[in-house]
Amino acid sequence: MAPHFGLAEFGFLLRGLQWTMLLTLVAFVGGCTAGLAVALLRTCGHKGVEWVIRIYIGIFQGTPLLLQLFVVYYGLALTGLKLDAFVAVAIGFTVNASAFLGEIWRGAIQAVPRGQTEGAMALGLHYSSRMRDIVLPQAIRISLPATIGYLVQLIKGTSLAAIVGFIELARAGQIVSNQTFQPLLVFGVVGAMYFILCWPLSWWGSRMEARLALASQR
Amino acid sequence: MQDQILIEMKGVQKWYGGYQALRNVDLTVRRGEKIVLCGPSGSGKSTLIRCINRLEPIQQGSIVVNGHRLDDSIKAIDVVRQDVGMVFQSFNLFPHMTVLQNCTLAPIRARRASKSEAEATARKYLERVRIGDQAEKYPAQLSGGQQQRVAIARALCMQPKVMLFDEPTSALDPEMVKEVLDTMIGLANDGMTMICVTHEMGFARQVADRVIFMAEGQIIEEGAPEAFFRNPQHARTRQFLGEILAHH
Repeated sequence: MAPHFGLAEFGFLLRGLQWTMLLTLVAFVGGCTAGLAVALLRTCGHKGVEWVIRIYIGIFQGTPLLLQLFVVYYGLALTGLKLDAFVAVAIGFTVNASAFLGEIWRGAIQAVPRGQTEGAMALGLHYSSRMRDIVLPQAIRISLPATIGYLVQLIKGTSLAAIVGFIELARAGQIVSNQTFQPLLVFGVVGAMYFILCWPLSWWGSRMEARLALASQR
Repeated sequence: MQDQILIEMKGVQKWYGGYQALRNVDLTVRRGEKIVLCGPSGSGKSTLIRCINRLEPIQQGSIVVNGHRLDDSIKAIDVVRQDVGMVFQSFNLFPHMTVLQNCTLAPIRARRASKSEAEATARKYLERVRIGDQAEKYPAQLSGGQQQRVAIARALCMQPKVMLFDEPTSALDPEMVKEVLDTMIGLANDGMTMICVTHEMGFARQVADRVIFMAEGQIIEEGAPEAFFRNPQHARTRQFLGEILAHH
């Protein structure tokens, strides 16, 4: 006789949720760090470097994330590097996020008016100060809605990690559903958990967007 | 001291791709001189002053500022930018910083001034452009004329040897032009070396030691304002003056 969906099953889903959040956090923080480097290199003014970064972005935006996860998990294993499932998907998501966030921020950096950089240059400010003090603070503001939007996509996208056997929220739901034969209930709960995680972020993002639109009208 | 050469441009040529923006420009500016550059749009006057602080690279010729030859090295560009202040048509204030922060950033970062030192200097210059009471505001809270005066104060905080003005009043509503011009006149009277790209011929008459007319990337003629306006030598200059003075 199959077990009913009870506290134990709910606890199992919660642990899946925890893994989803942890994976998202690692991928987002790692993706932000690497993405910043991608965005800066992509706008550095050196044609060769910009070209290489463009290819990097093109590869990760132009191939399925699933494929990228396979390559990290199975591909690296073939070279003798056997990675833990969590480490493998964390690497995969981080690298993928670096390409997407890098491209979002590249656009934001280029959206900061040229006069800002010229004003800073005329004052004798160096590249590091121009970026840190002038361009990036404005670019981050511009990119915030898109960045939050990407974070929401990332949270939901982590369900792909199940494919290499990593038990996050979606995979946990599948397991519980198979045990209890209560798919509607189980996936209803899983969906609610994703929703609770994502909706406030989406709301925050669109509020931010509206506020930015208002500010740019002034 | 008065005759000391501050800026010397020799045989400067500049191209944007196939388009030649500056043709064999020679220009010598002495310490304390006030120069007004005028000419039709596209004549290269903005490009010329943007070459002086290396916002634009040149392809041929030489530029020496305060004894330092400007080349492609970061060090040379640095040294020159320390000596050259610039005011833009579009102000280019940093919108996410207060007026005071706009004025103290460069002294702190590029001159390694302490925060209190930089703020004292900034307040002094903000007073001087009569905007000391707005120091804590953000640029967007100020009028265009006020913003441009902040931009002038911000440049002065770096204690430049020469100030470049790139059409500083062109983006302003008419009623705000005077406050900015008055600030510039004050600066000129204090002995600042200035190169101004402007169509404000009243300003040119009042403060300029020399007026230079440019067309198609070349310096066509130059002279003291009185002679320049009363008796321009070239047909091209007469045509230009006829066009702009008709509206004044």
